[in-house]
Amino acid sequence: MNYLNHLWHHLQKDLRIEWRSRDSINGMLFYALLVVFVFSLAFDPTANPTLARQIAGGVLWVAILFAATTALNQTWTREQRNAVLEAQRMAPAPASALFLGKVLANLLFVGLIEAVLAPVFVIFYNLHPLGETSLLLLVMPLGTWALLCNGTFFAALGLRTRNRELMLPLILIPISLPALLGMINATAGILTGDEGFNPHLWIRMLAGYDIIFTIICLFLFETVLTAE
Amino acid sequence: MTTTPTPARPVAPKASVAAASLSACSKVFGSFAAVRNVSVTFPQGSATMLLGENGAGKSTLLRLVAGLIAPSRGTVEVFGDTPQNQRHRMAYMSHAPMLYDELSAIENLNYFSGLHKDGSCACVGNPEMALRSVGLDPFLTRPVGQYSQGMRQRTSLARVLQSDPQLLLLDEPFSNLDAASTRQMIDLLTDFRTWPLAGGGLRTIILTTHQAALAAPLANRTLTLSNGELQPPAEPAA
Repeated sequence: MNYLNHLWHHLQKDLRIEWRSRDSINGMLFYALLVVFVFSLAFDPTANPTLARQIAGGVLWVAILFAATTALNQTWTREQRNAVLEAQRMAPAPASALFLGKVLANLLFVGLIEAVLAPVFVIFYNLHPLGETSLLLLVMPLGTWALLCNGTFFAALGLRTRNRELMLPLILIPISLPALLGMINATAGILTGDEGFNPHLWIRMLAGYDIIFTIICLFLFETVLTAE
Repeated sequence: MTTTPTPARPVAPKASVAAASLSACSKVFGSFAAVRNVSVTFPQGSATMLLGENGAGKSTLLRLVAGLIAPSRGTVEVFGDTPQNQRHRMAYMSHAPMLYDELSAIENLNYFSGLHKDGSCACVGNPEMALRSVGLDPFLTRPVGQYSQGMRQRTSLARVLQSDPQLLLLDEPFSNLDAASTRQMIDLLTDFRTWPLAGGGLRTIILTTHQAALAAPLANRTLTLSNGELQPPAEPAA
């Protein structure tokens, strides 16, 4: 029960700070919309609906990945400001609760961006999914969790590096490649209705990836937090 | 077969155990030795003032005791244990306010108070009382980012006091305060040493300062660091 209290405490604090500053959400929204808009200029999705369905999954996840990276870069910056991170290290609360609180807060922020992005995306790309649309309700949270769990962990790992804004995507993207492959293929399968993509298989793979990496990150986070 | 049960919670330290002790402790950053071969004990109930020029190693020594950095050589013990295992018994206030700029003072204190409710310490203070004790209005809704340096310093002091620590580590706690506020804080800290502890025992303070004359009434022991080394106590004048 104590752990959940700590977790709720961290989550509440992150939500309150974001509500007041809106640092992450504004940046992410602008970035994601820009990516979707630029891609829609690069080719005409209305002229070739089949092609649009095939590449839409990739474009959507690239937009989410880039947008999430901007938020992830800031996620620990406010902990470093005024040396609050040292107060966190001194607190007799489990470090993993701080980590999980941050991942959950980021999940809510990115989820909000996805909710705004989805209708814009459907309109810009003139999308009519041919597969099982309800599966998107699994793919989106699983995929987002994979990016955010790893992203929050590696953002913390890069806290003491000089070029942390550059370091994060350099580490995050290669590590997240299996998850990205799963998200893109599952989304493409749902949008195109093509059995060859087999979204169920990719969703299972994504769930496995999430479980493994969440456990690893939770176990290693205290070491990352206390590292000099 | 019988097994010795492991205590679920850290037990209260015996009065005979020192609040903190460093044994042949050194801390090296790259090629610079910030603390060199320091051996010192801080008995329970003592209030020690650490003096020294800028870069003498005072802050590094405090951070070693706090467990925020590990010694390059030697050992650090807090209540006979590792500093990490005794985090619930100590509090550390650094140069930086260690507060969230976007939150008000009471929101900051409520947040940190919540992190101390780990079950091992039943004596978490009241954030409102802590703010009042440092002379701040707990109902001030302005975010800490809009406070003056002195107000941040007071809020930071309230943050450490509300956790009801047995060992209080203060790094330049009066650096941004005017003379009157400094005297008020010293009175508060002197009073803090007499506050009863839930598990028994005495409160210990270790503070670094450049305002030795002002802080003198609080401390019953003065140590001087120079180039990372502890200086022998000065001979009393004949």
